[in-house]
Amino acid sequence: MSAHIELRGVSKEFALRPTRDQPQARTLVALEDVSLEVPRGEFLTLVGPSGSGKTTLLDLLGGLSRPSRGSVLVDGEEVTGPGLDRGIVFQQYALFPWRTTLANVTFGLEQQGLGRRERVERARENLALVGLEGFEDRYPHELSGGMKQRVAIARSLAYQPGILLMDEPFAALDAQTREQLQDELLRIWRATGTTVVFITHGIEEAVYLGQRVAVLSSRPGRLKALVDIDLGDRAATTDLRSDPRFVHYRHEVWELLHDEVRRAQDAGHLKIQPDGTERAA
Amino acid sequence: MSTAILEAEAPPAVTVTPTAPARHTRGHGLTRSVGRLVRRSAAVVLFLLLWEYGTQYLLDPARKVFLPPLHEVLRAWWGLAESGQLQQHVAASLTRSAVGFSLAVVAGIALGLVVAWYDGLREFLTPLLEAFRNTAALALLPVFVLLLGIGETSKISIVAYASFFPVLLNTIAGVRTVDPLLVRAARSLGLGSLALFQKVVLPSAVPTIFTGVRMAGTSSILVLIAAEMVGAKAGLGYLIVNAQSSFQIPDMYAGILTVSVFGLLVNTVLVRLERHFSRWRVAAAAR
Ligand SMILES: Nc1ncnc2c1ncn2[C@@H]1O[C@H](COP(=O)(O)OP(=O)(O)OP(=O)(O)O)[C@@H](O)[C@H]1O
Ligand SMILES: [Mg+2]
Repeated sequence: MSAHIELRGVSKEFALRPTRDQPQARTLVALEDVSLEVPRGEFLTLVGPSGSGKTTLLDLLGGLSRPSRGSVLVDGEEVTGPGLDRGIVFQQYALFPWRTTLANVTFGLEQQGLGRRERVERARENLALVGLEGFEDRYPHELSGGMKQRVAIARSLAYQPGILLMDEPFAALDAQTREQLQDELLRIWRATGTTVVFITHGIEEAVYLGQRVAVLSSRPGRLKALVDIDLGDRAATTDLRSDPRFVHYRHEVWELLHDEVRRAQDAGHLKIQPDGTERAA
Repeated sequence: MSTAILEAEAPPAVTVTPTAPARHTRGHGLTRSVGRLVRRSAAVVLFLLLWEYGTQYLLDPARKVFLPPLHEVLRAWWGLAESGQLQQHVAASLTRSAVGFSLAVVAGIALGLVVAWYDGLREFLTPLLEAFRNTAALALLPVFVLLLGIGETSKISIVAYASFFPVLLNTIAGVRTVDPLLVRAARSLGLGSLALFQKVVLPSAVPTIFTGVRMAGTSSILVLIAAEMVGAKAGLGYLIVNAQSSFQIPDMYAGILTVSVFGLLVNTVLVRLERHFSRWRVAAAAR
């Protein structure tokens, strides 16, 4: 049985426009030689310093861009573009403001060619799943941030993708709402068996949600470490976040990231060039 | 938006019934809207009173001929209406502006969508379009008359011309300013170019397009009246200059009054339409 998602030596480079300081065209290496396998049904969290290529990696998985080298495989087949087998949840919700909650959720279903009745039914089910019954006719501007993100999650879940890709989906929310949505996401994940790749810059969030935490190095992004998280029976612990095992994992990931942050700090007296190289200021 | 909905955060299990924002109760609403009506119409009423009595008591009699009091104008207006002349002029103007305006809206939106979608075409055409737009349409009136005569064609054409640019440029702007994040989201939901255009680009451009349509409506009337003043056998512009040259001053003012009411009505309808189509955006901006 092959992995659900597989990255084989994936690199991604961006061509930089020549600017006044840097008249010659250059390339920026956002990701370098990343290889990773995600088994079916796993909840993988991905952390890394800002600019380490997390969003870039998610775009590759989503098929919104193509790798410069290497290949991205889903179910053993190369990803060539976006598809309804993968759903993306963006940090800024990305709801269509002229559509109601219900119509936002049916958006992906319309692409699948489902009948109207079935679309509405499916959308209602998924809105119920994220706890938004009764808000079907609201427009996005009438919802709070947390509710918008619920709609976005329902929109991605509605067409039942095997893979859910999430890019810092809870970063813009307050702590209470975030923790609540984290628990709901775990509940939904257990109920649906979806493979989840979840990007965050919160170490605690990464450890709390992930079965494994992937740590990216600072630019160019390489896979620095993979940490298996084993917190035993979650239901048995009331306050998981103060459990010694949780504290231990959090520290481990923190140390891994800390090296990277220090690298960035050391670069403080250096000037980071737009192509990612460092030069004495 | 009611605060109840804002506070209905995360667990909607808590009994927050999502009802429509509460309306004001009947009685309050009535006094309130009457009060608003008084406040909003006060300036207009004062102006009309000044017109009626100022012309009678403040103006020296020699001038009074050129600026008759309101009741004389209204009497003249009634006379024109009874004889059916007024209706005939209004119908002529309305037909011209409606035809020209509709042509402009259809052509402006269609061309705007095409131009906005193809970057190369846009770059190529923009300087020319800017030059045309910044040439006052009325400056071209003689050209239209020379080429198309003084008949309906030239008048409808200049109305269409003047209305065309606001629609075109706003359509282009509307399509260009679609949120790239929404495009990404739609692509991730498996939309191809055509569906993307139809389901994301177009709806997000609608409010901007309607702003252009409203602007076009205003300029269509402006240009039409001027064109009718230069050469026409009917229409409100013709009514005004004709009354002036045959020294029927109250008739002239009756024509002016009609133009102003006509413009006001058209604008009100278009503002309503614009507001209707940009409800989601207005509310989003207000947050
Ligand atoms: N389209 C692009 N063109 C040029 N450079 C890009 C492009 N997209 C991303 N980059 C660069 O690639 C690097 C990685 O960007 P990416 O958005 O993946 O970082 P990230 O890890 O998601 O950061 P953050 O945590 O701040 O969101 C950055 O240096 C960024 O400037
Ligand atoms: Mg990012």
